Amino acid sequence: MSQVPPEADLATQDLPSDERAMLERLRAGDAAAFEQLVRDHGGRMLSVTRRFLGSEEDAQDAVQEAFLSAFKALDRFEGQSRLGTWLHRIAVNAALMKLRTRKSRPAEHSGDELLPKFLDDGHQATPASEWRDGGLAALEKAETKELVRRSIDALPESYRIVLLLRDIEERDTDETAKLLGMTSNAVKTRLHRARQALRALLDPHLRGGL
Amino acid sequence: MLSCRELVEFLMDYCDGELPPEQREYFEKHLACCPPCVAYMKTYQQAICLGKSACKDEEQKPPKMPEELVRAIMAARQAK
Ligand SMILES: [Zn+2]
Repeated sequence: MSQVPPEADLATQDLPSDERAMLERLRAGDAAAFEQLVRDHGGRMLSVTRRFLGSEEDAQDAVQEAFLSAFKALDRFEGQSRLGTWLHRIAVNAALMKLRTRKSRPAEHSGDELLPKFLDDGHQATPASEWRDGGLAALEKAETKELVRRSIDALPESYRIVLLLRDIEERDTDETAKLLGMTSNAVKTRLHRARQALRALLDPHLRGGL
Repeated sequence: MLSCRELVEFLMDYCDGELPPEQREYFEKHLACCPPCVAYMKTYQQAICLGKSACKDEEQKPPKMPEELVRAIMAARQAK
């Protein structure tokens, strides 16, 4: 972890004034400010940790751990990002930590069945067809958004985590590899499988359009 | 001629612009005469877009923070 650069105080000048005021109250140990921070950002952090962890109990634990580590690190918050962005990253880290330490869950499906099948001559066994409107018109519908989120939740954990870090959190391949203790090549292979699996889960619903 | 199986294998590299020119050419030759692979590629890319926007959308409308969790966090902070 790099030390706080001397210009850190200058950097916080870039924050909107309400966030700067909030930060001052937090650094002064104002209990009401801590509670407000938790209320303002907790829900969003919970939606992130739920995606990673699946279990509600683990997701809530991760949010709690995220806030406690954020409180400890307040002095190191440099103001180059918004408080919400900073807390979001801490929530992702807390979720990953939880994944590493929790007891492995009952054996789940490997996800292989979600990968495309090919005939012996190399052709697609079930030829793909396009989605009506590219699925985009359908996305306007709340039920499609729900379908997409449920499909992500339904991915095998090893696929889901890589897909979330790369495509949703937009971390790059090397950072994802480091966070998960994998090689970059393994991240790429798994991401490709995860995307194919997500596509396979959505396909039956979007083939004919909704 | 690239098979559909090989095309799907190299799909991510192709979409990321990471295929060397020669392989890229094979790839595009296959696409030009194989509608199912075109459909596979489009839906693969659309699945990624749908995932991104469904999750972004959720962050715009975050769930409510459970009251007990707020209490638990405040208590844990005090306990330190
Ligand atoms: Zn093909």
